[in-house]
Amino acid sequence: MALTNDHTVKAFDEDLNRLRGLISEMGGRAEQALLQAMTALSKGDLDLAAQVVRDDKKIDALEAEVEQLAVQTIALRAPMADDLREMIAALKIVSVVERIGDYGKNIAKRVALMDQTRSIEAIPLLMSMSNIVVELIHDALDSFAARDAELAIRVTVRDKNVDDFYNSIFRTLVTFMMENPKYISESAHLLFVAKNLERMGDHATNIAEMVYYVVTGERMEERERGEQPEDGAAEQEQG
Amino acid sequence: MTQEDLTITDPKMKAHGVNVFYGEKQAINDVSIDVGTDLVTAFIGPSGCGKSTFLRSLNRMNDTVASAKVTGRIELDGEDIYAPSMDVVQLRARVGMVFQKPNPFPKSIYDNVGYGPRIHGLAPNKADLDIIVERALVRAGLWDEVKDRLNESGTALSGGQQQRLCIARAIAVDPEVILMDEPCSALDPIATAKIEELIHELRGKYAIVIVTHNMQQAARVSQRTAFFHLGTLVEYGKTTDIFTNPKQERTKDYITGRYG
Repeated sequence: MALTNDHTVKAFDEDLNRLRGLISEMGGRAEQALLQAMTALSKGDLDLAAQVVRDDKKIDALEAEVEQLAVQTIALRAPMADDLREMIAALKIVSVVERIGDYGKNIAKRVALMDQTRSIEAIPLLMSMSNIVVELIHDALDSFAARDAELAIRVTVRDKNVDDFYNSIFRTLVTFMMENPKYISESAHLLFVAKNLERMGDHATNIAEMVYYVVTGERMEERERGEQPEDGAAEQEQG
Repeated sequence: MTQEDLTITDPKMKAHGVNVFYGEKQAINDVSIDVGTDLVTAFIGPSGCGKSTFLRSLNRMNDTVASAKVTGRIELDGEDIYAPSMDVVQLRARVGMVFQKPNPFPKSIYDNVGYGPRIHGLAPNKADLDIIVERALVRAGLWDEVKDRLNESGTALSGGQQQRLCIARAIAVDPEVILMDEPCSALDPIATAKIEELIHELRGKYAIVIVTHNMQQAARVSQRTAFFHLGTLVEYGKTTDIFTNPKQERTKDYITGRYG
């Protein structure tokens, strides 16, 4: 069920395909934002960082466009079954992608606040972590475009790697700060970057779970969650 | 067909292995279905799928078609409605019917509703009949609109009012099941909404089975939906499941508008 061009009312197919196209474009831009933000971070490229911040407006505009089209389609076409699930998922997915874009922007904004970061050993780890996150976002959106429940499941499983990276970077940075107190400010920024990446991985998982719902009509079973990140965030959220 | 998750603990009617033939042509093929007592059950499917034929076999309306033959077993409260001992007139009082086009008798509003109870001997005197007529019209949501003109002709009412009059007529003989064959297809949206609201209010008082071409209507008024195609029952399930996550590809194609 890769593409729907089989509705009796052809204009419905056109609406659905346009919706999918917009979501793909939005996902591509969010991926791009993360890649550029991390490049800017590693190279200290302030121009590139500023561009990421500017480009985020386009992601926001796409979100609004998808929302409007989805609401209009629900109102005019009264979609049912998998079509209905797709509309609901589209609305939720774009708000998640918009959040991913915001995290990319947040990373880009930190570039200007860090001058001496390039000597911090955690940066290569962050680059590797972000590569995985980019892949997860990419695959999550691919699974939506291809209606691929298997790929969606694999995304949620691989998110564990991101969590592992986060724990590792957390330890590395804490150790680094103890040994180099004058870098505490930069290290704190990098901790936030790591946290942002970890959250982006979770959002990719959210997208994958929605794709699974669109394809199968069932909620994805509670997957084996990896151990919680070690910074105490989980306890804070509860308390 | 799938029947998982489909608990009808207290079926009013049970059909088992039902076939309907018009002469040589088989219109219904081995359909088994339980109709819940406190539920609204919707039959959907494309034209010619057999949903109306099957509905009409539930109160033996097909008997009026000379070439029609029904096999299999259909029970009302465990009793075989095709048994020789079954009184068909009595059966149709217990299983009432409302048709696509409102068909009031060319009589007064009062007589339209009072006729059934009178011939079935439900009202020994005029005062009793008055009570029955009023109660039926109240239940059908028509009382306030007609109480001052009960002696006017039923055919003078608007289409939507006529259809509610027909529902009042069906209710008046105190049935257990009401069959509705596309009751809103000749009505405008407001009149349709009133009928749907009425179906909602009647739920629990009567077992209701409705045939409709309007899938949104099936989704709005029913708790169980059966999808018929080419004379077979393809899928029967909770309405919420049928419209959000149908199990059968044919059901999905139909309700999402991909059919044909």
